[in-house]
Amino acid sequence: MVVRQRINKIIFMIKYLLKKEFKQILRNSFLPKMIFIFPFMVLMVFPWAASYEIKNLNLSVIDNDHSTYSQQLIQKIISSNYFRLTDVSPNYNKALKSIERNQSDIILEIPTNFEKNLVNRQGGKVMISANAVNGMKGGIGMTYLNSIVMDFNAGIIHDLMPAAQIPGAAPTIEIDTQYRFNPHLNYRVFMVPALMVMILTLLCGFLPAISIVFEKERGTMEQINVSPVPKSTFILAKLIPFWIIGFIVISIGFLIAWAVYGLIPAGHFSTIYLFAAIYILTVSGLGIVISNYASTLQQAMFIVFFFMMLFIMLSGLYTPIDSMPEWAKWIAAFNPLKHFMVVMRSVYLKGSNPLQLMNDLLALIGFAVFFNIWAVLSYKKKS
Amino acid sequence: MILLLMPIIQIILFGFALTTEVKNTEVAVLVPTNDDATSRIIDKINASAYFDVVAKIHTTSEIQPIFRDAKAKLVMVFEDHFAERLRETGKAHIQLIADATDPNAATSFTFYASNIIASYQQELAGPVANPYQIIPEVKMLYNPQMIGAFNFVPGVLGMIMLLICAMMTSIAIVREKEMGTMEILLVSPMKPIYIILSKITPYFVLSCVNFATIMLLSVFVLKVPIAGSFISLVVVSLLYIFLSLSLGLLVSTMTDSQQAAMLISGMGLMLPVMLLSGMIFPVENMPVPLQWLSDIVPAKWYISAVKSIMIKGLGISSVLKEVAILSFMSLVMIGISLKKFKIRLE
Amino acid sequence: MNNIPQIKSGKVITAENLTKKFGHFTAVDNISFEVERGEIFGFLGANGAGKTTAMRMLCGLSIPTSGKGIVAGFDIESQTELVKKSIGYMSQKFSLYDDLKVWENIELFGGIYGMKDNEIKEKTDELMKVLNFENERDKLVGSLPLGFKQKLAFSVSIFHSPQVVFLDEPTGGVDPITRRQFWELIYDATSKGITVFVTTHYMDEAEYCDRVSIMVDGRIEALDSPKNLKKQFNATSMEEVFHQLARKSTRKAD
Repeated sequence: MVVRQRINKIIFMIKYLLKKEFKQILRNSFLPKMIFIFPFMVLMVFPWAASYEIKNLNLSVIDNDHSTYSQQLIQKIISSNYFRLTDVSPNYNKALKSIERNQSDIILEIPTNFEKNLVNRQGGKVMISANAVNGMKGGIGMTYLNSIVMDFNAGIIHDLMPAAQIPGAAPTIEIDTQYRFNPHLNYRVFMVPALMVMILTLLCGFLPAISIVFEKERGTMEQINVSPVPKSTFILAKLIPFWIIGFIVISIGFLIAWAVYGLIPAGHFSTIYLFAAIYILTVSGLGIVISNYASTLQQAMFIVFFFMMLFIMLSGLYTPIDSMPEWAKWIAAFNPLKHFMVVMRSVYLKGSNPLQLMNDLLALIGFAVFFNIWAVLSYKKKS
Repeated sequence: MILLLMPIIQIILFGFALTTEVKNTEVAVLVPTNDDATSRIIDKINASAYFDVVAKIHTTSEIQPIFRDAKAKLVMVFEDHFAERLRETGKAHIQLIADATDPNAATSFTFYASNIIASYQQELAGPVANPYQIIPEVKMLYNPQMIGAFNFVPGVLGMIMLLICAMMTSIAIVREKEMGTMEILLVSPMKPIYIILSKITPYFVLSCVNFATIMLLSVFVLKVPIAGSFISLVVVSLLYIFLSLSLGLLVSTMTDSQQAAMLISGMGLMLPVMLLSGMIFPVENMPVPLQWLSDIVPAKWYISAVKSIMIKGLGISSVLKEVAILSFMSLVMIGISLKKFKIRLE
Repeated sequence: MNNIPQIKSGKVITAENLTKKFGHFTAVDNISFEVERGEIFGFLGANGAGKTTAMRMLCGLSIPTSGKGIVAGFDIESQTELVKKSIGYMSQKFSLYDDLKVWENIELFGGIYGMKDNEIKEKTDELMKVLNFENERDKLVGSLPLGFKQKLAFSVSIFHSPQVVFLDEPTGGVDPITRRQFWELIYDATSKGITVFVTTHYMDEAEYCDRVSIMVDGRIEALDSPKNLKKQFNATSMEEVFHQLARKSTRKAD
């Protein structure tokens, strides 16, 4: 009986608190704009920018041979879609300058007597120098160029070598590659679900925390502390509006994903919403914990920002978790973002269901419980 | 404080943990007939740092569950009687089925796998020197070991300094406005310029400390050398710090609330910098409109200059373009800020 | 009306050896006093004397290091929630939501103290009339001048008819006329049976109280009606009384 009375009372209080929260959010000139415009912008711009695909490498060529073969080789390279000829230099030093000026990314030097040596069975030589400041780019550029040269070489061998002398004993293993779940190797498809996670984190973790610290600073928090409103109730009233906002935003996200990128999840929406619910709980719990420890807005914002940075870096958004050293993988295991991102991507692209994602599900539930308990405990009305 | 800790943590993360290389990919192999060829190839794959063979399966129906349960990202399917076919017909098939959820990773590891298979093929062929072979001589410039940190460190520099200076400065100034103490200062006989300078100075100092920290960490812990002139690097960095401070100033004139200042500098600055400055994702591959946007991001020019000086070892004369652009941007920002400041006073 | 057991007679606030320490620093040093029902009890002292700290303990905002306190019949340490239901509070910052309208603030605080909707509506209308706020009803509190905010904050603090209301330096920064008006509201409240516990460092306001205690360096150095205190210290004003006591102080202001 007493319990029911208590619950009624709490519901009663929440009603009033929620009214207040929603009014405040709507009246805030900044928040509503942020909530809707920001996700929109991120989803529209990010996927186009965030890509590691290497195309349009700028090539600088030094052709000291000016022979049919050298011309053919150069032609072949240019007609592949990977390279653009941006510089022709008479010698290496000049070519290097074009790299220094960021005019080209890679240099191909064909020495004199290139054709002659090949025809005379002396083998051929070319020099490839790649700008490796961006190691991956340099490596990939090098590889592409190399493979085009090899291809070119195969053609020459075919032309020049008498049929009988082809080393027939050399076996070839034919490799056939099949790409599943994302046959067009569309990087955007990979980014969009991950971005939704990031947006959700910012909106449901960041904003409620700011809201609480703001009340602390203004002193209205004290007025609430002195009233019969219990700790958990106040926090709940802060969170519920943002949960609702989170769900709305994520739904808009799905729409944008479909409308702009033609992305439809291979799995069920209900799976996504289920995980989203748990994730939102987790992340808002964390936000609250932070808000309890920060006394000024500046502090709170900075801490949130710091964690956001850390979480985003170690989430697999930009760089794969599998490639990280063990210690980093460990830290990533404690990153709720990472788990949710895995989930999002799996459900969207592979059509996974919760059973298959059990690890991540358990991890997220664990985090949600942990952060929220911590949040309630650390919200002190008494000091 | 966090302000000092953040760059250190970022450098460590970027330096050691974040890499675009794809390693430790889990592989499952489907071997209908165990023979010396398949074993040899599988051994080579397992021995490579790029792969971990985690499962051996026997039927194609087991493939999809492997992907669904995320047990492996690559499934290698050998033709049956692989070695036999190779010996007798000179040709055999391997199918690589890749989980292309992350397309970048997928192309990378299928590439690595192909290389390993090719090297086995080479083993079989023996050292037959082909007189018509073109052998390329390969040189990786500036960063022969292709260390990822070389690319990231300038980016982290650009981002941290911008954040500290712009964000913190703008919040600090707006805070004063919010609290009303700004008016007190303005009413005092101190010229506005001195007030501003006093607000800016702590963050300037902080940025210099951060710069030094990042440099030390990069050189000694990450082993990223400073190939060019350190003085040039310092000069360009000072310019950039100055620019970031002006940016912070500008942001502070645009808003009266700390919340807004934070959101503008946080979202409005951090995201573009992360995305469009070339720090993580190469700008050259972006759609053209985004490339134009990227030109407006000051960090982009700074990062480019740092790469030239620090990694390529060039002198300040090679980065004149960047220097000019950065200077121009600062002047514009200061100009606008001062104007806005004056208007507020009236 | 809340179903709070009303203590018909006797003390509404009892403090027994209340002490609060922060590390080595003793903010409130072993204070004891009692407040009668319907009194206006002034808690005076310089900045940093410990008034606010003492008050926060009585409101349940702070746990005493030692000692006991009973407010509205409930122990401040073990029955804090019950204490909170029976009191009202108004802080130095006035603690109303700037971005909510006048009536919305009233509704919020009425609601969380358990008042029914129709009760809230009725009393709000009444309050608007009494304060002459009818035109301001729909305005955002942030847009109100300081004096209005102050009066509103006080009214909100007693809206749910608590037994005792705690006011922490409520009259900071307003003109004397507004201050007078504010004190009229306080008198009005006491005539309805609400006990008023007010801290202030304006010595002239001490004259408006029934009894006054003066804190110096965390201790109560004087406790009596203003009339008696002036006699005791041979002073013509409370200010003089205070000066005499303050000279003994070793603590600097906050």
